[in-house]
Amino acid sequence: MTAPTTSRRLTGESRALEPRSGGGRVPRSVRRGRPRLFTRYAADQALLNSPAKRWWTLAALVLALALPFLVARDLTHLVTTAIAYAIAGIGLNLLTGYAGQISLGHPFFMALGAYTAAVVGGRPGTVTWGLELDLSLALLAAAVVPAVVGLVVAPLATRVRGLYLAVLTLGLLMLGEQLFKQWAALTGGSGVGRAGAIPVLFGSDLTRTYAVGPLLVTPETGLYLLALVLLVVLGVAARNLARSRTGRAFAAVRDRDLAAEIMGVNLLRTKTLAFVLSSAYAGVGGALLAILIGRVTPEQWNILMAINLLAIVVIGGVATITGTLIGAAFVVLMPRVLEWASEWLPFVSTGSDGLLNVFQLQSMLFGVLIVLFVILEPRGLFGLWQRVRTYFRTWPFSY
Amino acid sequence: MNVLPTAIISGLGTGAVYALIAVSFVVIFRATGVLNFAQPGLLILGTFATSVLAVDVGLPFAVAVALAVLVVALLAAGVERVAIRPMVGRGMFPTALVTVGVFIVLLILAFRLFAAKARTVADPWQLNQLCLAQGDGTCAVPVYHYTVGRVVVAAVVLVLLGFWLTRSRTGLAMRATALDQEAAMAQGIDVGRMFSLSWALGGGLAALAGVLLASTGSVVQANDALFALVALPALILGGIDSFRGAVVGGLVIGVVTAVTAAYQPVHAPWLGPNFENVVPYVVMIIVLLIRPYGLFGTREVQRV
Repeated sequence: MTAPTTSRRLTGESRALEPRSGGGRVPRSVRRGRPRLFTRYAADQALLNSPAKRWWTLAALVLALALPFLVARDLTHLVTTAIAYAIAGIGLNLLTGYAGQISLGHPFFMALGAYTAAVVGGRPGTVTWGLELDLSLALLAAAVVPAVVGLVVAPLATRVRGLYLAVLTLGLLMLGEQLFKQWAALTGGSGVGRAGAIPVLFGSDLTRTYAVGPLLVTPETGLYLLALVLLVVLGVAARNLARSRTGRAFAAVRDRDLAAEIMGVNLLRTKTLAFVLSSAYAGVGGALLAILIGRVTPEQWNILMAINLLAIVVIGGVATITGTLIGAAFVVLMPRVLEWASEWLPFVSTGSDGLLNVFQLQSMLFGVLIVLFVILEPRGLFGLWQRVRTYFRTWPFSY
Repeated sequence: MNVLPTAIISGLGTGAVYALIAVSFVVIFRATGVLNFAQPGLLILGTFATSVLAVDVGLPFAVAVALAVLVVALLAAGVERVAIRPMVGRGMFPTALVTVGVFIVLLILAFRLFAAKARTVADPWQLNQLCLAQGDGTCAVPVYHYTVGRVVVAAVVLVLLGFWLTRSRTGLAMRATALDQEAAMAQGIDVGRMFSLSWALGGGLAALAGVLLASTGSVVQANDALFALVALPALILGGIDSFRGAVVGGLVIGVVTAVTAAYQPVHAPWLGPNFENVVPYVVMIIVLLIRPYGLFGTREVQRV
């Protein structure tokens, strides 16, 4: 009888507060206007731990579902691209933000996922393989194969730390690029590339337009909804992982791996798990991205993409899932916004005659933003949002 | 033509440049604890400045190089003051990311300045060769003048740098800063000035390396900045905080790359074209497997 009691203590729930023994139940009149009153640890740690969060999440979901029917088709496509980046970014955030292992090799795993999906779910070409299976199988394979490769690479990566790891993963990226360039049966070869998986999900072809009641589901919308479902499932899974025992082990390893090891965290297992999970996320993101782009060459998954992904994690917010979504939206949508704004900026030209063209301005602004964000707001866009939230929550007091 | 000696000698030339770049990384890393990913940007701007001064203005090559090195050193010190100084005490990873941001800005600047034009640096070596060993009728072991130039310049600069760091008062102050910033401050050393100085030094070395890299008698483009990334495996191979390691790593990477480029297309064509570009990373990964802190790197002492 003693053993269960001890284990129950460890869950953080005091028996006096358990609903069964009469505790923990706070009258409605007391709870009203006090959304942050938690009487149980589980309620405090819940994903949506306040009514405001529940309502806003619901509103965001409704808006996300309605979005493709409200905006132009090319904008839907762009948002879908942002979602693909967000999925890969969540993977990198698990590894870099939560577990503290810097990786510049993330695009390698994205490429692996993209080409695996293309082989399983794509059409065979003159040199390339293709099994023409269903997209669900292709996406599954795109998660499993990078995860297995991550499992193979992880023991090597767990040996080195810090900046050594960053350059080691950069080496992985370079070697991977060489491999993909050579392996034409998988990738279509250097400079040629191949198409992504055919978007046929559970037998229904997403390249056709369907009419569902009064709504018209265009190919863009179909892909968008698929990506959205994947994002929600994978995002919630990551959030759940982050607040679990494994998530706490990740954080302990990030903050001080030696201390974590002394406290009984198995370093090899934890770091390997982080690598495997992040590779799987990267694979799914890469597979989606390949379908969206249409044709992917081995040269595409380069160091610039690695920098983009790191920027998504840092600008969005290190070790936050919501932040990664904001970061991905920011990085992917910013070029469009700048293009639109460049009409009013005097020193920017769309041709090559002005001081800077749009592309150069984008890249330069991108660099400047990384510098500014890291210096001024270490917690990224999500930190900015937190500040706003705290301001209104504590109003009229400053803290 | 005798393949192996030719490859080794030209590899030593490239390796000397890699060593110079790797040392420029080490100078900055030791003083400020920052792995400066912006080095390629500084390198290409040094090349550009030399090209402008030597070709467009018409200054003598040596004067142009000296001025360009000075300009880039000032630029690097400015970057340190604006972007890196606020990051003191904020950890390695965020600071490295700031330098990535600076790298993007500098690279775009370089692309804009070069404006898709290929430039030369008007070096005195061009494509002249000297001959080490005569074969039957042709030269068996040809050596380009620029290879000799690279090795000599890099050696002289590195020896001078070593002397300056070990013998001069400022060098001592810099080493003290690298060892322990607070203790150095307590001894009356202006740590901030040492930071600026190390960045200026690192920037100047990168600019010089850029000129040496470009002085092959052919043209140079903004894209060539990415050659500096090859110095990263050299740096890691030797150990991120070791001058000796940087030199050894640079030379090893240079020679291995050249030998691979000479033999791999014939003996192992299945590895694909341009395999020599990834060989540095292969060497680095193998070394890291055996020694996680490189050949000469300091093993990190951890306290809880």
